[in-house]
Amino acid sequence: MTQVQSDGPLLSVKSLHHYFGPLAACRNVSFELRRGEILGIVGESGSGKTTLLRCLSGQLAPTSGEVLFASRRHGLTDIFALSEQDRRRISREEWGYVHQNPRDGLRMRVSGGANVAEPMMMNGTRHYGQMRALSLDWFARVELDTARIDNKPRTFSGGMQQRLQIARNLIHGPSLVFMDEPTGGLDVSVQARLLDLMRALVRDMGLAAIIVTHDIGVARLLADRLLVMKSGDVVEHGLTDQVLDDPQHGYTQLLVSSVLQI
Amino acid sequence: MTIANQSNRRAYNYAYLDEQTKRMVRRAILKAIAIPGYQVPFGSREMPVPYGWGTGGIQLTAAIIGPDDVYKCIDQGADDTTNAVSIRRFFARVADVATTERTQDASIIQTRHRIPEAPLGPGQIMVYQVPQPEPLRGLEPRETETRAMHAYEEYGLQYLSLYESVAAFGRIAGGAGYPVLVDERYLMSPSPIPKFDNPKLHQSEALHLFGAGREKRVYAVPPHTDVRSLDFEDYPFEVQSWDEVCGLCGCGESYKDEVILDDAGNRMFVCSDSAYCGDRRVAGHAGPMAGHALDGLATGDDNTDDDAAAVGIEA
Repeated sequence: MTQVQSDGPLLSVKSLHHYFGPLAACRNVSFELRRGEILGIVGESGSGKTTLLRCLSGQLAPTSGEVLFASRRHGLTDIFALSEQDRRRISREEWGYVHQNPRDGLRMRVSGGANVAEPMMMNGTRHYGQMRALSLDWFARVELDTARIDNKPRTFSGGMQQRLQIARNLIHGPSLVFMDEPTGGLDVSVQARLLDLMRALVRDMGLAAIIVTHDIGVARLLADRLLVMKSGDVVEHGLTDQVLDDPQHGYTQLLVSSVLQI
Repeated sequence: MTIANQSNRRAYNYAYLDEQTKRMVRRAILKAIAIPGYQVPFGSREMPVPYGWGTGGIQLTAAIIGPDDVYKCIDQGADDTTNAVSIRRFFARVADVATTERTQDASIIQTRHRIPEAPLGPGQIMVYQVPQPEPLRGLEPRETETRAMHAYEEYGLQYLSLYESVAAFGRIAGGAGYPVLVDERYLMSPSPIPKFDNPKLHQSEALHLFGAGREKRVYAVPPHTDVRSLDFEDYPFEVQSWDEVCGLCGCGESYKDEVILDDAGNRMFVCSDSAYCGDRRVAGHAGPMAGHALDGLATGDDNTDDDAAAVGIEA
């Protein structure tokens, strides 16, 4: 097992391109992410945000470029140079992936508690009592009613399902969490509570996170740094406050000024 | 006269399948034995019975059976149920083999739901009719994904079903088709046998072959192979047990079927393995309901069905 320098980058992306046939979904994306840092990726729909996230999380092999991740077992290595088995293990042990639609990220046929406990089983826990206790603990941490631990996810509201999904993606202590529009389908008040919750959890656990969103408010609240994408290109990259308060690129200016003010 | 030895007007090849098909099935069986618990794809054929009636098991039996074999077929442990009788007649006609109901005398035993109570010995072959060979299917619908899970030995998902069971019932309640790990490598569904029978697979002296006709898979547990039923550290694997003894033979250890006797709530428990129960009664054992009207039905040694009209086979 390679010792990882705690001050090195957790994730390092080098000139990543992805093409769907002639269509460029991501062009020349490079950045570094450190431990405990939260990166927001904003941009309009179709700008390549989700494709980028899928490349970073090992689900989609990029056309060219490298995605280096500092894993516990392999050190800082290109995840696409590893075998599929190792990549799946990293994904299972060290990552979380929060889908926009909780139905994509949950198993709808098993109970909420089983959904939350699943990553522990995947990583080798074989003690029911331990899993049960930790699931209950996480139900409480994401403000779900612990009495409903054995209910199926379909009996939960959209916001509760999303919290269930967040618990499920944090219970195994990942070092990096990918979030694809985590507040996408929720109404504004639920969004606000969920954002508070996520901010607290992510800060408490010292997680690094990459959050894809088209909601500037979400980015402002959660992200340390922002990556602004348009038509597959990164048009602006910097500290969140800097990008949002003093946008340089024309598209970013448009994006910031188009936020509805009440 | 059986179909198999009517050389002048032979309508079917020996054991129904053509030689090339049997060869293909045997190759799949050999591979399955070489990799215990691994599901080997094979070119399952259309059979003269519907899917779900044992097409996988029938094809395996047809591929391995020879004129010297003694064939036994059970359904829910009983030799005298419709499906068991029909399949036994089928092989008596097309393969010209002797049939038996005694487990000890059989060289090939075809089954769906049970492993016989009598211990299996070296040289015996169990053939299982499997409806769903993939133990992970209920939790993961994608075949590509379950194949990757088997390849990389990622079996954490199977524990989800155990977790759900403990959460709902306070114990691991799954009664049949209870998942096992074969040779500490491949996760396997032991067909819908009750978990009562799972320990019989562990270090068994017999060869166990599993055939799924619709799903086109063959897998095997060779003799003397470790088979471990999955469980939790704090909820260890347990088999079913009954407070009652068999009403007919008085056996306390066997797997019991509950039989409703009337509308007044009377019922009895009898051994699900009819041949085992019959043997015990012949040997003089008697249960609390010995002499009941049902007693006579199961004891008769009805082994003369060779010439009876079989399942739609006409030469």
